[in-house]
Amino acid sequence: MPRKKLKETLMSLPSFVWLTAFFLLPFIIICVYAFKPADIYGTVLKGWTLSTLNSLGNVYFYKLLWRSLWMSIFSTLVCLVLAVPMGYQMATSSPKWRNLMLMFIIIPFWSSFLIRIFAWKTILHPEGLFHQACVFIGLISQSTPLLYTNFAVVIVMVYTFIPFALLPIYTSAVKFDFQLIEAAMDLGASRIRAITKVFIPGIKKGILTAALMVFIPAIGTYVIPDLVGGVNSDMIGNKIAQKTFAERNIPEASAISMILTLIILIPLGILVLYSRKGRNLEIRSRE
Amino acid sequence: MIRSRICLTITVLVFIFLYVPIILLMVNSFNDSKYATVWTGFTLKWYTALFSEPDLWEAFINSMIIGISSTVTSLIIGSLAAFTVFRYRSRLQSLHFGLIYAPLILPDILLGISLLMLFVVWNIKLGLFTIYIAHTTFCISYVTMLMISKLQHFDLTLVEAAHDLGAGTYQTFKKVVLPLITPGLIAAALLSFTLSIDDFVITFFVAGEGATTLPLYIYSMIKYGSTPVINALSTLILLATFLLVIVYHTFAEEER
Repeated sequence: MPRKKLKETLMSLPSFVWLTAFFLLPFIIICVYAFKPADIYGTVLKGWTLSTLNSLGNVYFYKLLWRSLWMSIFSTLVCLVLAVPMGYQMATSSPKWRNLMLMFIIIPFWSSFLIRIFAWKTILHPEGLFHQACVFIGLISQSTPLLYTNFAVVIVMVYTFIPFALLPIYTSAVKFDFQLIEAAMDLGASRIRAITKVFIPGIKKGILTAALMVFIPAIGTYVIPDLVGGVNSDMIGNKIAQKTFAERNIPEASAISMILTLIILIPLGILVLYSRKGRNLEIRSRE
Repeated sequence: MIRSRICLTITVLVFIFLYVPIILLMVNSFNDSKYATVWTGFTLKWYTALFSEPDLWEAFINSMIIGISSTVTSLIIGSLAAFTVFRYRSRLQSLHFGLIYAPLILPDILLGISLLMLFVVWNIKLGLFTIYIAHTTFCISYVTMLMISKLQHFDLTLVEAAHDLGAGTYQTFKKVVLPLITPGLIAAALLSFTLSIDDFVITFFVAGEGATTLPLYIYSMIKYGSTPVINALSTLILLATFLLVIVYHTFAEEER
């Protein structure tokens, strides 16, 4: 029916036009600018060049990429190690407790990101509670700095992004059939073995989604290294901001943004291929 | 028993990890001492000091203007998009869905920088208007996703029944569709309002020199002038957020 088609097109139009103009088009601009030359003041010139991308092939940039990667992967792993047992605990609790815990996971999700980072800045300070506690139990000496280090960046990333890991793992865990654990234990497996051999493979999809949900914002973070990181904690996001605001070099900022997009698209592609259903990623809609 | 003591311990520890920093910050906002480490007595002076903070009021008003305007726009565009994706399951709609979904996956910084480039290319002056455009863009995606999930419980035959009984498009919408989707709309409005009020990274890129929002203001306070006044401001914002979450959950519960 052509009339139905027309109605559908008209109804899709507002969001289609808006997102094309303010999401898709800006993205294309970035990809175009990455191949544009610039003069020493960062003004974009006519013509095409690969020199912007080539200029990123230096030791400093590789170091920055490597640091961004290991810090995000490490934070993702910590989040998973904490979120899997929590998912198990929540799924095996009574519905009343389960909902209460869910609510308490969602609250930090809604509250201001900056304020939560600021809260950590205070306790990581040499006089702060976290620093003092670490000194007290003998983990570090009073003079070991915690604030403005890579450690601070990782711990604040875990703190900020752990709800992203908890929600998909919880969603998979409640669907898991816990009689399988009982069966495994009846057959002689220890509880730990039952969890690692039965529960974890059973919620594999949730774990993979969780890993991506933490890794993507982590690799793209800008504020966390900026506020609690040291001179050697800069990540890709900081480089983009520096190129944009301090050096005003639009082609370089675009080229780095393009690299960041590629870093995200690779694991994302793997997950989509793995699950073959993009719609399973819907957890970020905060539901 | 399938219960595991290790899992319980980790759960308790994670909740402590999640809440201790926030609670400490709130407690410290009432601390008389300038330094967070010692408790020297109860005070409200940091709260009263908020009134004399320069430009805070302006930042707050700006945040409200942007929050409300982008919520309204994204609610209209987003719920229409959700309804369309839900109703027509065509190839066009899977493309449409992809376009709506993509901004949710990418890190904020990429949305921020790409929008900045767009505004520079189009020669649009950075300020409240560009922040409004940016916020509406990501709010549309969140609103649409939320409304799609709410529409899963929506019975389309009710619309057909209304039509069969002689109701026009407008009447059907007003008398049948709207009452059914109102709780979802309220939840979506609260979500996009909070997202807009809280957004820092994207705003930072598209704000330019002139316009300051609440998060931009807090950021410069954290970065350049660390006083307990931030604790007081943060506590107020956190309490407001908790209130919103409770309201949100009331509407989300009603749905079931």
